[in-house]
Amino acid sequence: MNVVEQTREITTINFPKINTELWRYRDEPGRLIPLLQSAQETYSYISETTIKYISGVTRIPESEIYSVITFYKQFRLRPLGKHLIRLCDGTACHVNNAKVLKEIVEDELQLEGNDTTEDGLFTLELVACLGCCSLAPVIMVNDQTYGRLTPQKLRKTLRKYQKQEKTEAKTQ
Amino acid sequence: MYTITIGTATCGISAGADKVLNEFQLLIAEKGLKDIKLAETGCMGMCYKEVLVEVKNGAGKFLYGDVTPEKAQRIFNEHILHDKPVDEFLALLDYQEGTEKNFLAKQKRIVLRNCGHIDPMSIDDYLARDGYKAIKKVLTTMTPDEVIKAVTDSGIRGRGGAGFLTGVKWKFAAQSPGDIKYVVCNADEGDPGAFMDRSVLEGDPNSVLEGMLICGYAIGASEGYIYCRAEYPRAIVRLVNAIGEATKRGFLGDNILGTNFSFHLKIKEGAGAFVCGEETALIASIEGHRGTPRIRPPYPAVKGIWGKPTNINNVETLANLPWIILNGPEKFAAMGTDDSKGTKVFAMAGKIKRSGLVEVPMGITINEIIFDICGGIVNDKKFKGVQMGGPSGGCIPAALGNTQIDYQQINKTGAIMGSGGMIVVDESTCMVELARFFLEFTQKESCGKCTSCRIGTLRMLEILERIVAGQGKDEDLDVLKELGEQIKATAQCGLGQTAPNPALTTMNYFREEYEEHIKNKRCPAHSCSSLVMYLVDATKCTGCTLCAGNCPAGAITGVKKKAHTVDQDKCIKCGKCITTCNFDAIYKE
Repeated sequence: MNVVEQTREITTINFPKINTELWRYRDEPGRLIPLLQSAQETYSYISETTIKYISGVTRIPESEIYSVITFYKQFRLRPLGKHLIRLCDGTACHVNNAKVLKEIVEDELQLEGNDTTEDGLFTLELVACLGCCSLAPVIMVNDQTYGRLTPQKLRKTLRKYQKQEKTEAKTQ
Repeated sequence: MYTITIGTATCGISAGADKVLNEFQLLIAEKGLKDIKLAETGCMGMCYKEVLVEVKNGAGKFLYGDVTPEKAQRIFNEHILHDKPVDEFLALLDYQEGTEKNFLAKQKRIVLRNCGHIDPMSIDDYLARDGYKAIKKVLTTMTPDEVIKAVTDSGIRGRGGAGFLTGVKWKFAAQSPGDIKYVVCNADEGDPGAFMDRSVLEGDPNSVLEGMLICGYAIGASEGYIYCRAEYPRAIVRLVNAIGEATKRGFLGDNILGTNFSFHLKIKEGAGAFVCGEETALIASIEGHRGTPRIRPPYPAVKGIWGKPTNINNVETLANLPWIILNGPEKFAAMGTDDSKGTKVFAMAGKIKRSGLVEVPMGITINEIIFDICGGIVNDKKFKGVQMGGPSGGCIPAALGNTQIDYQQINKTGAIMGSGGMIVVDESTCMVELARFFLEFTQKESCGKCTSCRIGTLRMLEILERIVAGQGKDEDLDVLKELGEQIKATAQCGLGQTAPNPALTTMNYFREEYEEHIKNKRCPAHSCSSLVMYLVDATKCTGCTLCAGNCPAGAITGVKKKAHTVDQDKCIKCGKCITTCNFDAIYKE
């Protein structure tokens, strides 16, 4: 998406939501982080245009907004893939071989060091703890949790999503 | 009449509790039954048996474990419709004897008193179990000084990690001059592998609100923040609901219970930074900045949010307070050791049979928790050690299993009590690798402000990475120790001061494992991939050729339908064969 498209997206489709929040909270102390959270929830990431826009309304310098974004893990500067795969690398998962799972996801989706696949369908994100340690090792695909994974179970799960995408692509 | 209760905390949902709930809803609607109550509750503690379903009527309570939608059908058809409990699915019976019983028998539930018993979305459930009686007692019969004295007398220490006396902390905040003060609930539970606070927030949010109210009255604050991890969406939903209900009933807002005391609460979602668990970093984050800690003093009790006196307590500490007020500080102080009073909640995970949430009186030993309550190690392997306090803590070896749960005694081992994560490891876990894992975590989470933490942890990590890759040098251990001690002495905040702990404790207790890696290039736990051989178990190999086809080095050869072999000279130890084999026939040695 280029800058022109991004601007159009912000000012047309989702403009009202972020706009009301922006103006409502513009003078509230400590407003920046909730605003960024709400922007990311709407667009799945924080674009340059969003930063400029928030800065314009709140008068917080762009450089400061950028420094806050890069400090916190939650914020993304690039769009998400269609499916978000969150791989838990918390301690419990780690001692239960989460590292192997990571290699499998990278291999199966051919990520080659990137976090999002070339076709924009899958994004892999390593997280510190999903909070269901008794199911270790765990991954979450979108909102669905898959626990007590073995290499075979993981490959099967990933292939299910890939197959689903292929059939969808065919029918369109 | 039956009540069916399903545990729908995050751990339950992850295991499929929503599907089970759905199934019961369908079944009840299908049969048109009117006298059945279907309820949700928080974490019951037995995460290893999720999904948990409790079926209750006048005759008794029956707890089913590992429930799936299919099992739900049988439970419904046999137990609900025909009063015949399905014995084979039962996890725990009221009258059952045996080892499972120990899971609850040795526990003492104060913080978790309501978790798994009430619907966290219903304030009436909380009220029915003495909810908001403590704040009523405080507001109508006690002065702020008396409240602080009661908390001090109970001897409770902050459950967030450092273990500072809560009563003393409150006194500082109360004595600070200022008309505006803040109470903050620190719910930024960042330790990977710790989920105590999440379970309390998801299972009994009102108890935390009540704790904050008590604190607000005691220190003279009328505003509060709950700083909660954004990664806990379910906890946030339940908190928002609890705040709404409590406001409606007059427990929050202006002139609470007809008194002069007013209290307003806001939720702040964290944005994912481990360092924000540190008080001053948390304050910076609430103010909307990068969460970097600052030098103390001034302490938050003097200068906190927007320069006003602020008292910050952890979720578990706050949840204890209503109980202390209602039952009296003596009763709380009667539990535990000279140094540590009351109970502590632990999140048990790792290579343990019964993982989950346990609450034990202080003074119990580590062995009692691991073996009596949690049933020992998975597959009855050898208990090697337990990591306490997450990335800031240390590893206590099995030989010290008789150590009591007590702030001083745990500190003596080099570990810390921490917030309550216990990761149990067995003989197949490499301690060098575990230390590397924690350092990688703290290194990534270092905010970068102090050089010793930013650069020091990176240098330590590099050395550990070299050791697990089989490139360790003789002087590495001395350098690690020196670096670790310097970081501890010079870093500004708790994150840096404790970051070297996992490496230092494992070097202390498992030195021979480090030496094996460095001198003999061997990993005794057969875990570090660069230091092991990949071999084919001929009895399991079916000769499907899948691994041979996938081996990037062409190191696996063999005839179709006959056991294959790995050529050790060609093998690059990438581990791909292990992950492709469908028959579990490749092993490491």
